[in-house]
Amino acid sequence: MSLRSYIIGRVLMTIPMVMFLLTLVFIILRVIPGDPALLHFEKNVDPATLEAFKQRLGMDKPIWEQYFDYLGGLAVGDLGISMQDFAPISEHIAGRFPATLELTIYSIIFAVLFGVALGVKSSKTYDRPTDHGIRLFGIVTYAIPVFFLGMILQFIFGIWLQVLPVNGRFDPHYAPPTRITGMYTIDALLTMNTFALIIALRYILLPSITLGTVLCGIFVRLTRTNMLETIRMDFVVAAEARGLSDRVITYGYALRNAFLPIMTMIGLQFAALLAGAVLTETTFNLLGLGTYLIDRINHRDYTGIQGTVVVFGILVSIVTLVMDILYAYLDPRIRL
Amino acid sequence: MVDVLRIKDLIVEYTTQRGTARAVDRVSLTLGENRTLGLAGESGCGKSTLGRSLMKLVPYPGKIVSGDIILNIDHDITWKKGTIKKGDVSILELNDDQLRMIRGSEIAYIFQDPMTSLNPMLSIGKHFIQIQQAHDPTIEDEQALERAKEVLESLGILAERVDDYPHQFSGGMRQRVMIGLGLVLRPRLLIADEPTTSLDVIVEAQILEEMAELKEKFNLTMILITHNLGVLAQTADDVAIMYTGRLAELAPTEALFENPQHPYTEALLQSVPDVTKPDKKLAWIPGAPPDLVNPPDGCMFNPRCPFAMDICKQEEPPLIQSDTGGLVACHLYGRS
Repeated sequence: MSLRSYIIGRVLMTIPMVMFLLTLVFIILRVIPGDPALLHFEKNVDPATLEAFKQRLGMDKPIWEQYFDYLGGLAVGDLGISMQDFAPISEHIAGRFPATLELTIYSIIFAVLFGVALGVKSSKTYDRPTDHGIRLFGIVTYAIPVFFLGMILQFIFGIWLQVLPVNGRFDPHYAPPTRITGMYTIDALLTMNTFALIIALRYILLPSITLGTVLCGIFVRLTRTNMLETIRMDFVVAAEARGLSDRVITYGYALRNAFLPIMTMIGLQFAALLAGAVLTETTFNLLGLGTYLIDRINHRDYTGIQGTVVVFGILVSIVTLVMDILYAYLDPRIRL
Repeated sequence: MVDVLRIKDLIVEYTTQRGTARAVDRVSLTLGENRTLGLAGESGCGKSTLGRSLMKLVPYPGKIVSGDIILNIDHDITWKKGTIKKGDVSILELNDDQLRMIRGSEIAYIFQDPMTSLNPMLSIGKHFIQIQQAHDPTIEDEQALERAKEVLESLGILAERVDDYPHQFSGGMRQRVMIGLGLVLRPRLLIADEPTTSLDVIVEAQILEEMAELKEKFNLTMILITHNLGVLAQTADDVAIMYTGRLAELAPTEALFENPQHPYTEALLQSVPDVTKPDKKLAWIPGAPPDLVNPPDGCMFNPRCPFAMDICKQEEPPLIQSDTGGLVACHLYGRS
């Protein structure tokens, strides 16, 4: 099987997976006790208003019709309208999503680079003080709550040293860069706006480091364990016996073979990252999907919750898909 | 005749929680140019450790305690950071860089299990490129691949298979690839550590035949480590029998097989099955090799030896000249 047919097969497999996910979200929000519309008003509403409200949202239709409306809407990117302001949820999310995506990308890059580098160092200094120090760091950062670390970093860099802003996405005194992707750093880069780029980077730095540090612990441990295993494999010794350089052996042999489980973890952590983003966004007052979800929950906005969860779900499916394809690209044995 | 390799009083120890085990105990050997030395003994007798220590690649936590390993090099080796002058070189005095230049180019090592000795992530061609560039960074990829194709073809592997990955080869083919990797830089000394143990007998015979041809073609000096005495009878000029890290007997192959001196050698030969005599009861050696952390006094073989005398339990037998033109360490000899 070639890489191409593997990719096609894997993409096709994603379709039933996503369908199942969409159906599950739909069902869960409708089997929970109580009428979502009634709950939205916290049961304090007259029947006529409630009826009009339901009609406007299409909730008066039979359930299967609602289901097909929901699927049909999703196919064209329509996530329904909000219970709160009757605005399309897709518009809400389009406004919030770039902030979360930006945070997620920088955090995962930081976590993987930092975590893998520390893990490699740790495995190469096995059972020596450096190794113990790195392992301790990995455990501590893995256990520390993201909002707590966020607050400590805010205190150190924002209040004490006063070198970095502690909340928001951009300096309110200036206009953000022209919107292309909605991610300020990317937009600034695309429009070659160095000034905006520096501001945007300063704002994204602390949240990314916070979330990245909390996430890197698992990569430290995973890299270390897998490296210790691959470093003892026959082909690593055989490479040494051929006189290959330490760099080639460490990265091309030991790490390359240890990297597959790390790849899987990146995909899995992506889901955790979105959950982590809820707390990080709250800590740093970033208006992203995480804070949006909390906002929707506070407003008992069931259609809003449904839309956000669906977007999160599809996102995770896409990331796992990309990871699996990368996996096949990296490991020739999977392709065959 | 030039001595390609001289080992003097080599001691290798493994430090474990239980204590120190001496895996190689005062071994001295000399290996003339274009000779093949067979190294045989039970599992755990130190034959692989001896082989690995010749490249200073003793597996952790083993350590070369004392002794000397002198390799004769017939040309100057020059690389970016230094040179090694031709002539006798003491392996144990080389730094990591110098060792790296010797490994793979002057001494090649072929490992027991070809299934695990190649990096599953890299194509066969890439393996050949890496070893050539590790010793000469000026070689271009294309050049290295051309050379790889030549070597593979001489081993009966189609040139176009350089792009294939290890998992696409059978065990015998992989071992041929390993041999090719060992020979691509025209080493002086080839150490083959049970190269055919994991292969079936037909392939084993083919590979041994090919190795004998290659040895003539490339003027190789060879150490063949094995527990299969039949293999040595066919290929070795001299055979060294090891027991508990010490040399028990060293003799020209024919003399050793026809007239074994050491009781251990004799017992080993008795335990080889003979297909022409299916009714023959296999002799086996009672007991097990002693615990190397707490070795017995005197001759290490005395607890299992049918000829053990009082002196065997007290004094370690020295290695003395035997009547058959070899060396033997046994109290049965050398006394009038």
